Amino acid sequence: MDWHTLAARLFGTTHQVVADGDFLCGTAAFDGATLAIVGTTNHAAVGVDLALRQARAILEVVAAHPGRPLLLLVDTQGQMLRRRDELLGIHRAMAHLGGCIDLARRQGHPVIGLVYDQALSGGFITSGLMADACHALPEAEIRVMRVPAMARVTKLPEELLESLSRSNPVFAPGVANYVAMGGVRSLWDGDLAAHLRAALADRDTTDRRAEEGAARGGRRVAADVVRQVLRA
Amino acid sequence: MAGMESLSFTFDGGRALAPFAPTLVGVVASGNLEVLVEHAAGTGCRIDIDTSARGFGGIWEAVLRDFHARHRAAGLSVAIHDMGATPAVVSLRLDQAMAAVRGATP
Amino acid sequence: MTRSFAEMSARERLAAVVDAGSFHEWLPPAARVMSPHLAQLGVPAAFDDGVAIGRATLAGRAVLVAAQEGEFMGGGVGEVHGAKLVGLLRRALRDRPDAVVLLAESGGVRLHEANAGLIAVSEVMRALLDARAAGIATIVLIGGANGCFGGMGIVARCADTVVMSDIARHAMSGPEVIESAHGAGEFDSRDRALVWRTTGGKHRWLSGDCDTLVEDDPQAFRDAAVAALDGHRPMTLAALQQESALLQRRADLDGDNADAFELWSRLGVPDARSVPDLDADAVRARRPAAMAPLATGAA
Repeated sequence: MDWHTLAARLFGTTHQVVADGDFLCGTAAFDGATLAIVGTTNHAAVGVDLALRQARAILEVVAAHPGRPLLLLVDTQGQMLRRRDELLGIHRAMAHLGGCIDLARRQGHPVIGLVYDQALSGGFITSGLMADACHALPEAEIRVMRVPAMARVTKLPEELLESLSRSNPVFAPGVANYVAMGGVRSLWDGDLAAHLRAALADRDTTDRRAEEGAARGGRRVAADVVRQVLRA
Repeated sequence: MAGMESLSFTFDGGRALAPFAPTLVGVVASGNLEVLVEHAAGTGCRIDIDTSARGFGGIWEAVLRDFHARHRAAGLSVAIHDMGATPAVVSLRLDQAMAAVRGATP
Repeated sequence: MTRSFAEMSARERLAAVVDAGSFHEWLPPAARVMSPHLAQLGVPAAFDDGVAIGRATLAGRAVLVAAQEGEFMGGGVGEVHGAKLVGLLRRALRDRPDAVVLLAESGGVRLHEANAGLIAVSEVMRALLDARAAGIATIVLIGGANGCFGGMGIVARCADTVVMSDIARHAMSGPEVIESAHGAGEFDSRDRALVWRTTGGKHRWLSGDCDTLVEDDPQAFRDAAVAALDGHRPMTLAALQQESALLQRRADLDGDNADAFELWSRLGVPDARSVPDLDADAVRARRPAAMAPLATGAA
């Protein structure tokens, strides 16, 4: 779904979200309050510039609008793969962005993530995955890496990885998998505004993903290992 | 075709060691292995191997037989995760493990 | 003759950094808390899933510590590995050590565990930020041959203090990945000098992304970790605003895709061309004062 359609489905036609290149930013009225929206579009490659831009937008919300809910809209092909971005510390820019999202949460802003198209790897770790909870549209795709690159790095055959991507939740890119594993809280279908309303109403900001992965059966071991460490 | 092989060997006729804490040497990496040595009930020396290099059962048996001849330890459980280490590296790690066990306090 | 930190195993490094004999391991190898996902790929699991965690003392002060084994799966974070780190960081909230010290060596998400690894890295990141917000000093030591990359590269930079040796690297994507995507003209992965001046410890120190630069020596890492015990800095709005401005100003200094040498000169590093030949001591002295606020400024 393109972001215009998404915004219209969520907020109607009178919202103030604009795209500037790959950067999405703005506000919308929702249930009588103002929501801040920050995100990316065009399957953005997130480099230093776009990471810093998103971070700045979040800091502006925290500085000027205490408690304003923040909706992170995610559509990314992952981190920018360029020498300049590594030189300028893209890992630092992303840590900074993650820190800004975390600050918003600590200052009492509800932070909701929504993958509305693609989410890969580094571009996802410091956007949707740093929200209080991340949700996704049913047709969205979430991946760590595309199969040919994964085959090169792991030295595992492409055919094996392709086959696992179809059959194995650990490898399959479908968002339903991420729900089963606890990485995504819910899929938003039909009345998107109602889903957003429900997400905003959940004020428990603890990281429940491991417990949800265990309860849903997609990631059975992590929560128990955490408990074992706490008990050791 | 992917798949691990599991092997198991038991040797008798060893002498019990002084009590020791579980001891780990080595790292699972290409051409390397990790060895975990623990105290076990009984008088045998039991060695369990999980390896990604399949079809070398005969070589493992020879290497482990030599290991047992060198150390003659009883009441021992040895667990190995192997990623294609050569017999020389396997023997080295096993000897390192036994040296650490003999130096280790419970 | 000093030992090389880079050549030591994770467990050897851990033992050398903390007070002698003080390390008590949780979920040790004998507990066999291992990956449930590797056997299906024909890959052997490790008894500790590539990370040792536990409590120790550092200069007599209580710390929690973790050491990633870079030789196992490239130090990649899988479901169990990540959960051990999350458990350690959550335990820090309860046990209130002076610091959590992470000896990091990782390629990031363990690709063999794909989705589980990605979510795990994110959980580690949130848990580390929680520990930091609770006032616990978070310290990351990067000194392995594999460096600290990918999602772990991001996680590591969420810590109060990042200590690097001059031979270590801290970045997101490895040079081979960049070369695969955009060609050797973009980033020649076989040009080691280029790789190290783009992502190595000296560059990160000079440009303000590394808080402490040391030699490839376990004693130096230990000393740096001890100094960092009092290096906690809360992530306040003001701190993040300052960081935002400094990072943007630095990015603006390279609007023309310049090489590291050129960037260093623009940052104010004297005689930039000589940097690769200098030892850590000499490079430490060259950092421009303007870069210190991006880092803790510890010598």
